[in-house]
Amino acid sequence: MIKLVNVHMEFKKEKILKNINLEVKKGEVLAIIGASGSGKSTLLRLMIGLLRPTSGQIWVAGTEISKLREDQLDKIRLQMGMVFQYSALFDSMSVGDNVAFGLREHTKLSESEINKKVQEKLKLVDLEGYEHRLPNELSGGMKKRISLARAIAFEPDIVLYDEPSAGLDPIMTAKIDSLIVSLQKVLGVTSVVVTHHMESAFAIADRIAMIHEGEITQIGNVEDIKNSSNPVVQDFINGSKGMTKEVHR
Amino acid sequence: MMVGYLEKIGRSVLSFFENFGAVMMLIYETICQLKHPPNIKHIIVQMSHLGVDSLPIVTLTILFTGMVITLQTAHEFIKYGAQSTVGGIVAISMARELAPVLTGVVAAGRVGAAITAEISTMKVTEQIDALKVMATNPVGYLVVPRLIACMITLPLLVVFADVIGTFGGYLVATFYSGINSVTYMQSINNFMVVHDVTGGVIKSVFFGAIIAIIGCYQGLNARNGAVGVGKATTGSVVSSIIIIFILNCFLSLILYR
Repeated sequence: MIKLVNVHMEFKKEKILKNINLEVKKGEVLAIIGASGSGKSTLLRLMIGLLRPTSGQIWVAGTEISKLREDQLDKIRLQMGMVFQYSALFDSMSVGDNVAFGLREHTKLSESEINKKVQEKLKLVDLEGYEHRLPNELSGGMKKRISLARAIAFEPDIVLYDEPSAGLDPIMTAKIDSLIVSLQKVLGVTSVVVTHHMESAFAIADRIAMIHEGEITQIGNVEDIKNSSNPVVQDFINGSKGMTKEVHR
Repeated sequence: MMVGYLEKIGRSVLSFFENFGAVMMLIYETICQLKHPPNIKHIIVQMSHLGVDSLPIVTLTILFTGMVITLQTAHEFIKYGAQSTVGGIVAISMARELAPVLTGVVAAGRVGAAITAEISTMKVTEQIDALKVMATNPVGYLVVPRLIACMITLPLLVVFADVIGTFGGYLVATFYSGINSVTYMQSINNFMVVHDVTGGVIKSVFFGAIIAIIGCYQGLNARNGAVGVGKATTGSVVSSIIIIFILNCFLSLILYR
């Protein structure tokens, strides 16, 4: 569904991603884990064409997107949705208008049909009755769920999540995780989830890719990652536990 | 030390041409986006937001400017027995220069700042990226309606300002300087031609375009959170006002040869 071939990315001569080769299979949930600043979000932005790679190829649904014009990219983006780290809801619009945005812009559906779809998606994220609220009246977790409803309103084949559980309490994190899994099961959506939340990654992912200093150090299923002999992977998985022990000592 | 100064000058020149090139690219992209039918509802919302809401401040600015111009000219002209020219002079100076330029400056401060603040906030909160992700071109969605709204609204504001400014002059001329109201109105009739008004209106179409393009450009290129929003907004107002004054000079040369 998504394939990155020898992708390099530089910002002002600083190498952010080095020789990335990665494939996301149709219908799977791939979690990309790694420390802050390791290049995870950059990778996600490359997959949806918000950034262009310095070199290499990015294939999405059989099309090489790295050199496409914006209008050509838009046709690919109609098959994709993205949940942003800070939700990125349009703050001048109500929740309902946010969710309906893509439908109003790109379909000829009537207002009643659009409203029906909005209700459907809000129900899916457990926020029925919130369509008239403004984003600034919502909590962080609610904003994330509305962002998710907006991303799936167009019923895309691929959904990208940038730190979906960042800044949320454990209950809300579990809720978002279960939504990601149910979307995969119910709608067959291919998902790429960038996170540094190991519990989330283990709970939702079919496969996990660990990125460290701009390179993919390991990729495999949950058990492969848990049992990895790579010290970088083990340090990252056990990092929080190790730090807790240090503090308690 | 000398090398340091030269480097500074070089950097400024490079930055100027870089910005100039980027603005030209935005204009080109905006023109390309005009091939898609613009959203009329968005344009009307922007016209209301940018135009109607500016009426009070334009009224105040232009009314008092018309009054002051009359106050200054009437006193001198009456001394030379030329009171029959005051109405014409006030109306012509309003229509040709004062109304378009002052309305442009007021709009740059109010409308341009509002455009930049809104778009730059969207930029730093990833809302522009969200538009792109939803296959919506930010130039088509944000710049085109604002450009069309400004290019329609500013001329309307200028025609309104012509009337208000001349009316301000009338108030001072008749109630303070002792010029007969018929003389004031007759003077306008004698000296003013339609081109005085149309020239000012043509200028305002350009000023409207500048306010929208510079406002959107600064907004779309904002960086670094709240500080970036502040910088972009200030930059938008300052740049628009400077360009309006410079362009006004050239447009006057072309339109009133």
